[in-house]
Amino acid sequence: MTEVLKFASVDVGDELPAREFSCDIIQSFLYNAALWNAHRIHFDYPYAAEVEGYPGLVVPGPLMGDWLTQCVLDWLDGAGTLASFEYSNRRAAYTGDVLHFSGKVAAVDVPAGTVTLELLISNDAGDVVTPGKATARFANG
Amino acid sequence: MSNLITPELLQNIGKTEAPRTELVTRRDIRKYSVATGQHRGEFLRGDVAPPMFHIALFWEVVEMSELTPDGVFIDKLLPEFPLKRAMAGGWKIDYFKPIHPGDVLTATRTLTDMYEKQGSKGPLIFYELVMKVEDEDGAPVLNERITRILR
Repeated sequence: MTEVLKFASVDVGDELPAREFSCDIIQSFLYNAALWNAHRIHFDYPYAAEVEGYPGLVVPGPLMGDWLTQCVLDWLDGAGTLASFEYSNRRAAYTGDVLHFSGKVAAVDVPAGTVTLELLISNDAGDVVTPGKATARFANG
Repeated sequence: MSNLITPELLQNIGKTEAPRTELVTRRDIRKYSVATGQHRGEFLRGDVAPPMFHIALFWEVVEMSELTPDGVFIDKLLPEFPLKRAMAGGWKIDYFKPIHPGDVLTATRTLTDMYEKQGSKGPLIFYELVMKVEDEDGAPVLNERITRILR
């Protein structure tokens, strides 16, 4: 049985569980359809390559932002909620790339019952793709 | 440094679009949750929306004639910038209350800033949009600040 995460046991430097992500063309289709996003760099390879100069179909930036939130919520597992979240897309990732999530506790605010997390998606080459930061508010804080 | 941001462009800072109201459905939450690969049952069942669901809820739905040749909608809140190719940029979101099926939410977007930076391959234009999302009672649901980059 998984132990419930408790605010009192969270320390600076604690690592969030690692997770791998890879967006294939079907997931990219479903995601862009859910948004109603027709940007051709996500589904039209000749356009992405010849006009925009990309080596592959671009993984939508906000999808990688969503993945960061998933890793936070999986770690919290109901013990807290997301109070704020930010991320940026530093470099493109492409469908089929294997991407790696890592995250750690950067700060614990005991009076506020909040934890600040540093989040990162990197690619196989170790390049920073999507760094982020989140603040989680604990229910048992 | 070139001067792509003219005084005329700067006059658009502070411009706000008409508020848009959307109904949250369980089906839309489920579609978003499947498409993003969520693990958690409350999202996959559509009981509550994942944190980034509002991006899908408030993505512009425009007629095809209002899409550019690269498939991007022409955002009428924005002036015509001298650079055209959009890169994703970054998001900052403050959350105030969760989103559930049946919620009727209203989003209001404001163009809050624009500036120029020199990138490694030429000039870049950055602009910032703030979107405030409220429920039917006017209570804040979330605030989002997006920075977009044009190259």
